[in-house]
Amino acid sequence: MDFQLSEEQTLLADSVESWLQDKYDFDRWRKLVKTDLGYAQENWKTMAELGWLGISLPEEAGGLGGSAVDTMLLAERFGRHMVAEPYLSTVILGGGLIQVAGDAEQQAEWLPAIAEGTAKWAFAHAEHGSRFALNETRTRATKSGAGGWTLSGKKIVVWDAASADRLIVLARSAGGDTDEKGLGLFVVDAAGAGVVRQDYRTVDNRRASDIQFSDAPVLAVLGDPAHALPAVETVVDQAIAFMASEAVGAMAALHETTLAYAKTRKQFGRAIGDFQVIQHRLVDMLMQVESARSLALLASLKAAAEPKERAKAAAAAKVQIGRSGRFVGQQAVQVHGGMGMTDELNVGHYMKRLMMIDTTFGNADHHQRRFAALSD
Amino acid sequence: MDLEFTAEERAFRDEVRAFIRDNLPPALAEKTRQRIHLDKADFVAWHKILHARGWGAPNWPKQHGGPGWSPVQRYIFDEECATADAPPLVPFGISMVGPVIYTFGTDAQKAKYLPRIVSMEDWWCQGYSEPGSGSDLASLRTRAESEGDHYVVNGHKIWTTQAQHANMMFCLVRTDAQAKPQEGISFLLIDMTDPGIQVRPIISIDEGHSVNEVFLDNVRVPKANLIGQEGKGWTYAKFLLGNERTGIAEVATSKQRLKRLKQIARAEQSCGRPLLQDPDFRAKVAAIEIDLLALEYTNLRMLAAENAGKGVGPEASMLKIRGSEIQQNLTELACEALGYYAAPYEHRPDGSNQPPVGPDYAQGRMESYLYYRATTIYGGSNEIQRNIIAKMVLGL
Repeated sequence: MDFQLSEEQTLLADSVESWLQDKYDFDRWRKLVKTDLGYAQENWKTMAELGWLGISLPEEAGGLGGSAVDTMLLAERFGRHMVAEPYLSTVILGGGLIQVAGDAEQQAEWLPAIAEGTAKWAFAHAEHGSRFALNETRTRATKSGAGGWTLSGKKIVVWDAASADRLIVLARSAGGDTDEKGLGLFVVDAAGAGVVRQDYRTVDNRRASDIQFSDAPVLAVLGDPAHALPAVETVVDQAIAFMASEAVGAMAALHETTLAYAKTRKQFGRAIGDFQVIQHRLVDMLMQVESARSLALLASLKAAAEPKERAKAAAAAKVQIGRSGRFVGQQAVQVHGGMGMTDELNVGHYMKRLMMIDTTFGNADHHQRRFAALSD
Repeated sequence: MDLEFTAEERAFRDEVRAFIRDNLPPALAEKTRQRIHLDKADFVAWHKILHARGWGAPNWPKQHGGPGWSPVQRYIFDEECATADAPPLVPFGISMVGPVIYTFGTDAQKAKYLPRIVSMEDWWCQGYSEPGSGSDLASLRTRAESEGDHYVVNGHKIWTTQAQHANMMFCLVRTDAQAKPQEGISFLLIDMTDPGIQVRPIISIDEGHSVNEVFLDNVRVPKANLIGQEGKGWTYAKFLLGNERTGIAEVATSKQRLKRLKQIARAEQSCGRPLLQDPDFRAKVAAIEIDLLALEYTNLRMLAAENAGKGVGPEASMLKIRGSEIQQNLTELACEALGYYAAPYEHRPDGSNQPPVGPDYAQGRMESYLYYRATTIYGGSNEIQRNIIAKMVLGL
């Protein structure tokens, strides 16, 4: 048993942290997320130059061939600084799905551009009425002439779609609305015919879109058009591992800032951290952060394990970060009092991000049920 | 013991219900359903409608311009208003400073201010908290120095809700720096249009504007605007906070929120059935419903005691704690029910042609959740309320 990071991993973590401290302070973040794009293209370019966009991509594609632990290190620091660039959408989901489901030719065509920072992707999976069930997909893929496909249906809350070049759409080529079989991954030009987006800001200041597909032509199919669910689950579990670490970074930052506040804020002639009720609250928050950290780590370590083991670790992590994230976020606001309620402080923004992490790819209840179904 | 309303109480309920049905503008009810931060005109419009019926200060006795309702009638009124999605009554005049003025004020103060509160000609705000004085309110430092027949007030108030709409502020100030913290405090009525007052907005985590900072720079306040005795302000402040705590439970509003939560959970689907039929979610809704039922009957027991002429004591803090926790759980669960559609957060201006993202029932749910995180902080944080119960009820 060894939880030590390698020398390379420590270097990576340190360089990510120092770049973010330098370029991604909270004041800049506030301005950045108010821009139309919601992040900075310049940051994206820098991330490509620093090799971060290729960490999880194969060396043939110009990536580093790293493991989920490597991206975990990045994610935790991204969470601490609320990095808004579409890393999860493009690299983890887009790059991940192309790697897991795409053929050699597709990988050679698309992965290098991800690593270079010249192509962005988004993954359209959610539908209204399906809640968090990936198998409940009503968007239809239909064979058109000449062996091609077209898509029709509506996807909701597609993160980062507005700035994506291509979309990977989870759609049904066969079977009934809730069948696990019959699902495929279809690549669509984000600005193509039959694709109509309604773009909006989300509560955590990210960008998302509802997308109506009306006979939208498909550029390519990743893997078997009727058996994509296992690949989707693999990549979604990797995304969960990534988000879990992001959540750990956010929670740790909240705990630190709340602890510092409790030590300096004086009421009744002493620091509020002198009061036992606040002390116990901070201890409870710490226990939540550490439990979340443990399961986020487990989810990353099991990201390449056999499906059941991987899924259990991801589900457990998602439950833990969902519940811990809410608790830590809410208590950070509470201990900060009125100050915690202000938009000017980072506290509320972390809380909102943690809430969105809980929702994305299924909340704590959803994954508790999934875990229970996978348990002996 | 009898849980049923009397025939008179039922008749009263029908009267209130009919009045609201006939007089609450549907657009105002719709806006109240979707928004936390209503415009000043919305609050005033509803207040004026009630005032025209003689209900401008539903909690007041007759001699001061109220309808003289019993606590049970007030409860019925609150319930009917909430059920109809009427805008909340602005509490600063009728629930906060009004009772202080009619209990401790001079005849001149009563004659001048009470009618204007009932009719809502004045909009009041509460100058209590300061940057260094939140939970420890008695440490406040805004000072009022005596200068002939005036006080000259200097200081900085914060979290002043709706100060941007207010033309009057009731304000705690320090008139004696030498006395013990609680004994040097006085309660002043300040005209917000006086020179030297500046209001700066604070945007809250829901991105709305309800709270403010208020800066007072050499503001001259006539001594005629002192409530009661100089140095006794803490007594009046505590009297006011006690009233605030019972109102803060918001039982009627929470019942309405519960109803809406169930509507959302009936409309949203989970595993091919309504979310409300999902056993896990249904159990969560049931748990809150039970909490709310317990709060409602605790509240009713306290009302009955009040009806019988027994004053509400420090146990009112329980209503504040449980009421605020339930409000938070309800608003949180409504967001949870929405699934992915909790995420979109665009503010559409009034009359916008842009279609909203997601279903209508999703509008404003996240805003409520975020703003209601303040309920366990304001009106004396829940930590402070527990201290009050420990000390005053349990003698610890």
